[in-house]
Amino acid sequence: MRRILSLLVENEPGALSRIAGLFSARGYNIESLTVAPTDDDSLSRMTIVTHGSEQIIEQITKQLNKLIDVVRLLDLTEGRHIERELLLLKVVAQGTDREEVKRLVDIFRGRIIDVDGETYTIELTGPGDKLNAFLETIPSSSVLEVVRSGVSGIARGERALRL
Amino acid sequence: MELTGAQIVVQSLKDEGVELVFGYPGGAALHIYDAFYSQEDVRHILVRHEQGATHAADGYARATGKTGVVLVTSGPGVTNTITGIATAYMDSIPMVVLSGQVPTHLIGDDAFQEVDTVGITRPCVKHNFLVRDVKDLAETIKRAFYIANSGRPGPVVVDIPKDITAQRVEYTYPKEVRIRSYAPVTKGHSKQINRAADLLLNARRPIIYTGGGVVLANAARQLTALVDKLGYPCTNTLMGLGGLPSDHPLFLGMLGMHGTYEANMAMYECDVMLSVGARFDDRVTGDLAKFSPKAKIIHVDIDPASIGKNVRVEVPIVGDAGEVLDQLLVAIASSGSLPRRDDLDAWWKMIESWRGRESLAYDLSDEVIKPQYVVQKLHEVTLGDAYVTSDVGQHQMWAAQYYGFNKPRRWINSGGLGTMGFGLPAAIGVQLAHPESAVACVTGEASIMMCIQELSTCKQYDLPIKVVNLNNRYMGMVRQWQEFFYDRRYSHSYMDSLPDFVDLATSFGHTGLRVDKPGDVEGALREAFAQKDRLVFLDFLTDQTENVYPMIAAGAGHNEMVLKPANDGTAPAERELA
Repeated sequence: MRRILSLLVENEPGALSRIAGLFSARGYNIESLTVAPTDDDSLSRMTIVTHGSEQIIEQITKQLNKLIDVVRLLDLTEGRHIERELLLLKVVAQGTDREEVKRLVDIFRGRIIDVDGETYTIELTGPGDKLNAFLETIPSSSVLEVVRSGVSGIARGERALRL
Repeated sequence: MELTGAQIVVQSLKDEGVELVFGYPGGAALHIYDAFYSQEDVRHILVRHEQGATHAADGYARATGKTGVVLVTSGPGVTNTITGIATAYMDSIPMVVLSGQVPTHLIGDDAFQEVDTVGITRPCVKHNFLVRDVKDLAETIKRAFYIANSGRPGPVVVDIPKDITAQRVEYTYPKEVRIRSYAPVTKGHSKQINRAADLLLNARRPIIYTGGGVVLANAARQLTALVDKLGYPCTNTLMGLGGLPSDHPLFLGMLGMHGTYEANMAMYECDVMLSVGARFDDRVTGDLAKFSPKAKIIHVDIDPASIGKNVRVEVPIVGDAGEVLDQLLVAIASSGSLPRRDDLDAWWKMIESWRGRESLAYDLSDEVIKPQYVVQKLHEVTLGDAYVTSDVGQHQMWAAQYYGFNKPRRWINSGGLGTMGFGLPAAIGVQLAHPESAVACVTGEASIMMCIQELSTCKQYDLPIKVVNLNNRYMGMVRQWQEFFYDRRYSHSYMDSLPDFVDLATSFGHTGLRVDKPGDVEGALREAFAQKDRLVFLDFLTDQTENVYPMIAAGAGHNEMVLKPANDGTAPAERELA
């Protein structure tokens, strides 16, 4: 099953490599991994999307919790949560395709953020499956570049991951 | 008081109560070595190779429960410690490795003797640090010792750039340390304790299976009390030997690949299993699909990640082995219930029938020395009270099977990583920790060659270790697997061009004895152990083709043991293991 793990980790050099190294050494999957500063200078927030059986996910969370640099860990997928990912997409948009691409972007509530005579650059946010659905509508022959940020997530309601 | 970084290192060790440091100097560590020169509080033991330093610190830690300390220089000094660090990591041994590093401004420059120490050690340490500011040095060392020897112990590396060791700062050693992301749980959850007690008291065919965690937690007394209280059979892993005295009537011997028939059959047939400080390693469980199919499992471990990793567990208990066993004893006593006597009698009857197979029996010979016989005589001559280190292979299994460890921390071997070369340097650490005790290194002629240079360290510090070399002129365990599973194609398992070990020992300033007749074994051992102030290297020429039995082949179940070679001389591979 697909899981979104949110972590608060010590803002130390090497914390990222410990976590990435754990996944590679033990053969766990990483679908995406994002890391960025938080409002607390001493902490970074990391979001890892992974998949595996219940037993594997249990091991992943236990092994992550064992790392000294991991301060808090929350499996967002255990409760109600919001998932967002940013997609930047550059496509060839010429002739009649230009209007068709524009319409698809509107349907998916994306934005065209850069235009030239031959191309559009599109910005779209949403859960991973929405981005996948959008990408499927664009003919692969016209795609020049796909940039995905990886998933960020947050729990709904009062549940919050903090110290 | 204001000190240099180098003086802070030495003073911190002193304030941490460290008696011994095992190390080897070099460029990036020279300021620290200079600080060692002008003090006598912390004793430095000079090894001959950094791998030896880690194994010696490891042996010291296993024999005492204290943290082993290593000091090395940057680059090759560090890379030479990797095997020793990984060995300690796999067996959860508390160790702090202090390493010199190139000066801060050269880090990342491919400077002379530079290696990314934090990066290269990361997968085999509990944690590691690079000190970037001399103001953090004392606190970092304090943290390193705290992490190394709390929770599930393990090695911690502190990498110290050379310029940091020259800078001066006001020194205070922290009295205690708190780490917000690290707070090991030692007390078991009371609800789970009660569930475990209930399950144990209602068992019909119980077994207690314990590992290195019982030894590390100094919980042998509590384990023995629990076994006595319940009257249940108990088996130890390779790492757990000595957790219950081997001469205890309820002890079934070691389990696993070369465990006893009764231990493995009892594991297979049990209905309730209490596992304490063991991690269901593949050498213990065999094929997981065939592992203890009828058992409800209670798993006690200090490391939550060990629980549920390999097998499904009915009652997980996170905690220190000693504390949890104490809690279990109280819960059992206050429950007012007693074990099911009739079921237990029937269970012991089954176990006795398995014991009757005498799976450790072997054929004695008048012609050629049997390695098992040497280990049994070693037990007799040392009254079963020696510290025994070993390397890895057949001799290790025979030492585990035949020495009979009645106390914890007496059996010192590399169980998890399986490191050949461990035995001799480990014996150095053990002998330094216990100068008056008998220390034997049971080894083989292949393993001993991997850290043979440490014979020189033994001479420098007058360590009266007794090396028991079971010399069969083969990498015995490799040869055994090739006999069983590779149709006797003995690819590169023959030890050609061996040294004359008697001359070799003599050249290092020790005494060497060669023994090639069974009748001379006991006399030679007595003669060696009578020499209280000398290292004696006993070179026993043993049966070349002896195999370790009984055996569970990799991928087989506990109920599929091979007990003995067939009379027709065919290897088990052709009979049962194929």
